[in-house]
Amino acid sequence: MRILVCVKRVPLTGGRMVLTADEQAIETRHLGFTISPHEECGVEEAVRIVEQHGGEVVVLTLGPPEAEEQLRDMLAVGADRAVLLTNDSGEEWDPQATASAIVAAIEADGEDFDLIVFGNESADSGGFQVGIRVAHALERPIVTGLKGLSIEDGKARCEQEVTGGRDVYLVPLPAVVSVLEGINLPRYPSVPAKLRARQKPVDKTTPERPEPKLEMLRLVVPPGQGKQAEVLGHGAEAAPAVVEMMREIGVTR
Amino acid sequence: MTVLTLIEHQDGRADELSLQALALARTLGETEGLLVGPGAGEAAAELGAHGVRTAHVAEDDRLSAYAPGGWARCVTDAIERTGATAVVAAGTNRGNEVMAHVAARLDLPFAANCSKAADDGTVTRVRWGGSLLEEARVHGEPLLLTVAPHTVQAAAVNGGEAGVQRFEPGLDEADLAVQVAEHVETVTAGVSLAEAKVVISGGRGVGSAEGFAILEELAGLLDAAVGCSRVVTSAGWRPHTDQVGQTGTKVSPDLYIACGISGATQHIAGCKGAKKILAINSDAEAPILASADYAVIGDLTEIVPAITEELRKTR
Repeated sequence: MRILVCVKRVPLTGGRMVLTADEQAIETRHLGFTISPHEECGVEEAVRIVEQHGGEVVVLTLGPPEAEEQLRDMLAVGADRAVLLTNDSGEEWDPQATASAIVAAIEADGEDFDLIVFGNESADSGGFQVGIRVAHALERPIVTGLKGLSIEDGKARCEQEVTGGRDVYLVPLPAVVSVLEGINLPRYPSVPAKLRARQKPVDKTTPERPEPKLEMLRLVVPPGQGKQAEVLGHGAEAAPAVVEMMREIGVTR
Repeated sequence: MTVLTLIEHQDGRADELSLQALALARTLGETEGLLVGPGAGEAAAELGAHGVRTAHVAEDDRLSAYAPGGWARCVTDAIERTGATAVVAAGTNRGNEVMAHVAARLDLPFAANCSKAADDGTVTRVRWGGSLLEEARVHGEPLLLTVAPHTVQAAAVNGGEAGVQRFEPGLDEADLAVQVAEHVETVTAGVSLAEAKVVISGGRGVGSAEGFAILEELAGLLDAAVGCSRVVTSAGWRPHTDQVGQTGTKVSPDLYIACGISGATQHIAGCKGAKKILAINSDAEAPILASADYAVIGDLTEIVPAITEELRKTR
């Protein structure tokens, strides 16, 4: 099994969003970076499949040069090598451009991937479409929003959580999937694994950014932020007020 | 301008989130509906009250189980039938999935989870699960977008009755390559997170796996589901399937009780669909309070049992 996992570097935003003066990005001077939680699950899922069936896990990102840090983190939890599509300008790539760059990188990689894994959506821009566009360009089946995945006889058994249970899809490999957080619990890297990750190869190329067709004009912090909660009380003495509120909104039996 | 709206439906009735999508669609132009799957005909008839002139019902027995490619084919066929200059769907799992397939097939941009749109292609869409908004311009026609849940209010208008037009979509094998093969009913002891009317979640402040016992006890009285934040699953206190968050399970109960949860944006995005949020936290400055409707400040190991007791007493 050769598995590609696509990830995205995003800021650790904490509780409040602060924008840069030009309203084009989140102010990240005081923030750390990570990849989206469900993408960590995607890497974990790929590593587990390869541990079971043999093969190779490749992680890919399109991002600034600093995104190498996130790729190294994924190499430390079991990915074998990485591909960094460097975005030098710092300008955002729209979903169509991102998908095209990923497809070009997959084609340039030469050997084919049996499985390509995405997060269901990026945590920051939430486009819900890059994986589907890549699958379409490669003419492969895609199943999205997975909470369960297993590989049996050259097929992927994909499970989605829906009202009242799970929907199951069976698709032949090669295939594309997107996952949700909760599909597994990602492992932490060990110290030796972190050291080994420094030696693993990261292939870098700098694709050209096309004009966006979904063009971001500016970011806005929604007015709802900073709403003031009504304090019902302090400590155990607040219990009657809480129960009264519950009755008012009709959630008590 | 003709705006085609993909209507999701269940048991012969249009879904609330699709009616919200219709409300946004009406601001763009004359609305026509598209419905796929069993029960579509019944749901179509009611749409006149939501301003739909004509409801197009795609009929093919092979569409009885959901197939994203098959639905996308219905949409592209309906665009041709109607000459739609915009296509709108609800920002649900299926709505976003089908629209992304449509966009990939037509090589057009697609704006997911919009709260506003204008006919010149400018939209406002939500990012970070709603913690941030983006104003964007979509360069392409038809304009493809989904409507972020609960950002637009569904409203009935004086529309009379919708004309129902049935058509057979030109499905091919590839459209049905990905299709639900099996539905497995979940057998759980309690109520599922996604469907519960009350969700009680615990975070770091709960302190341990055993600390969840008081949340479970209160949940039993309210028919509530118990969820948790990311720290809790990472610590192994609760199964990772119980985690509420932007990229995990999103919940929309009538009441969400956040116990000892600080309120990272990733968690808030998972619970902001709740009608009311009650935060129980020892820190009166915790970020969760900026997203909560009600708060109780103090030690949750005293407050939660006190609420349980009060509920028992006053029943």
